[in-house]
Amino acid sequence: MKIVAHFEIPYYQIVNEEGKITSDVPEFAKDPDHLIRLYRVMILNRLFDLKAIALTRTGKLGTYPSARGQEAVFAGMGDAIEKEDIFVPYYRDVGTLIQRGVKLKEILLYWGGDERGNAFECGGKDFPYSVPIGTQMLHAAGIATAFRIRGEKRAVLVTCGDGGTSQGDFYEAMNVAGVWKLPVVFVICNNQWAISVPRSQQTASQTLAQKAIAAGFSGEQVDGNDVIAVRERIFLALKNAREKNEPTLLEIVSYRHADHTTADDASRYEPKNQRELEWKNEPIARLYTYMTNLGMWSKEKDQALNEECAALVEQSVQDYASIPSVSPEVMFDYLYAVLPEAYKEQRDMLIKRGESAHG
Amino acid sequence: MAEITLVEAINQALAFEMQADPNVVVLGEDIAKNGGVFRATVGLLDKFGPERVRDTPLAESMIAGLSIGMASQGLKPVAEFQFMGFIYPALDQIINHASRMRHRTRGRLSCGVVFRTPFGAGIHAPEHHSESTEAIFAHIPGLRVVVPSSPARAYGLLLASIRNPDPVIFLEPSRLYRWAKQVVPNDGKALPLDKCFTLQVGMDITLVTWGAMVKETLAAANRLAKDGISCEIIDVATIKPLDIETILASVEKTGRCIIIHEAARTCGVGAEIAAQVAERGLMFLQAPIQRVTGYDTIVPYARLEKIYIPSENQIIETVNKVMEFA
Repeated sequence: MKIVAHFEIPYYQIVNEEGKITSDVPEFAKDPDHLIRLYRVMILNRLFDLKAIALTRTGKLGTYPSARGQEAVFAGMGDAIEKEDIFVPYYRDVGTLIQRGVKLKEILLYWGGDERGNAFECGGKDFPYSVPIGTQMLHAAGIATAFRIRGEKRAVLVTCGDGGTSQGDFYEAMNVAGVWKLPVVFVICNNQWAISVPRSQQTASQTLAQKAIAAGFSGEQVDGNDVIAVRERIFLALKNAREKNEPTLLEIVSYRHADHTTADDASRYEPKNQRELEWKNEPIARLYTYMTNLGMWSKEKDQALNEECAALVEQSVQDYASIPSVSPEVMFDYLYAVLPEAYKEQRDMLIKRGESAHG
Repeated sequence: MAEITLVEAINQALAFEMQADPNVVVLGEDIAKNGGVFRATVGLLDKFGPERVRDTPLAESMIAGLSIGMASQGLKPVAEFQFMGFIYPALDQIINHASRMRHRTRGRLSCGVVFRTPFGAGIHAPEHHSESTEAIFAHIPGLRVVVPSSPARAYGLLLASIRNPDPVIFLEPSRLYRWAKQVVPNDGKALPLDKCFTLQVGMDITLVTWGAMVKETLAAANRLAKDGISCEIIDVATIKPLDIETILASVEKTGRCIIIHEAARTCGVGAEIAAQVAERGLMFLQAPIQRVTGYDTIVPYARLEKIYIPSENQIIETVNKVMEFA
């Protein structure tokens, strides 16, 4: 017998739950403005989530998936990705989308039940949310293939949850990315739960990151409550993708401090006290402590920032409320580039019925 | 000019469009070096290189998902599924994403992909290689389903499908791949999508069909002509969206309608055509609409497949029955 293959999975952390440095601080994190930018996105994301959940309770929004506890993942990704790269989200990525130029009112519009929220006024070719779990991993590989065919130095960043890693599409995407050397970075937002099924029941694999090994490239775990580590590791992975056509899998480990969505009730399955136990790791307090210890942040600044972000969220709700109602015939208008003759009668019938949209 | 087969016409169309449009990319299993198991893509690798002619890993959902990603950035992928029986893992991608990318992004992204696959029985292939499940795709909003039945229509309809900005399921009747040869000028001229083709003008009865069953239908009509029955033959060609107007105009003239397809009867595309003819053209009919179809069974393995496929005789018997009605 001889050993024909072996592998190691690294775990990256730069600032721990006490706000203390545990490894070298990257260049970007020495710039206070940069850290404050990241912190601001996390605060905005958290306040937006609270508002969105409140809106679902009054019927002004449909089902909404909160990112509470995972803000560092989305803030770090949005900061690391370049404008000309392409982002392919799953469905919890508010903090990344807003950094890509998507408006909060558009995110509300989407979860309010209106596809216009996917039209993205800022333009661009980023993907909309992907609801069928894991399917988007393949789209990312396809986009990266397009970049290779055209010889463009661009990368693709795609996310899924821990549950998504059980899908065939997840492995198929990584497999082809390895074979074709595609400039794509796969990110698993491991929040420990796929609705009610815990990470331990999803796979017997010790880490999710090691699933990259079978596809022929490297995988790593990152402390998902440490926005500095998340930003740095994704930044480097994207750079490798762009410059060397090397795909990477990052398992960003955090905790879902929320129900799966507003249609879920985690008390049915989540062990009591687990959320409270995990709360000491949550990412916003960690960066707050780190920045405060370094003297670049204070309670006063924090309050001012919170007020500014709350006002932005409030404004987005007003903007959302003032979006004119959608015309029913749009059901037909974007089905094909040009509506085929065969469906014009149905469209006319719909208009004649004169019904209007709900909500 | 040499006559070519249907599969050679597919190849000719692919080569023409790859030459004309650098965004056209072909991908699939065994399509590059091997030129495809039916040789539909033979020679493309040498002409256009491995970036644009890609052998994929063996995963059909992946082929569809990659194509969706590529198309979102402006490429024109033409993806091959080796047999229709292997397209099912890709249904998730085709139904959940390809068909609705334009709709759910309000036109910001689109999915101009051609999903090609051979389909149908009659070539002594293994199990799962003889499916005719076009109705699955015909049911999905946002898709087009195109079925050529001659070398010229294969060439013109494939060019039209590649140039179309929306997803097309392009079903190639494998039984006809090398059946009849025809001169097909390589002039880059597309044929219209969403239109039926009237293959033969007749006065007594309208025979509506597509794909490989065009062969038996033409032969049956030939024999019926000797008995003085004049059949009008319509090749539907684009089964979604359906050009019901051409079919209705024919039924108005003949007063009789038979729909012939290889696929299983229940919820087949024939049922939709019959329903629309009944809804809009009942007053034209002198006899009930009839269907000649495959049985509501699994397509049998090679020894029974000829019995499964509707025969020339079944068509003739049904025509005679309808002619006797009134």
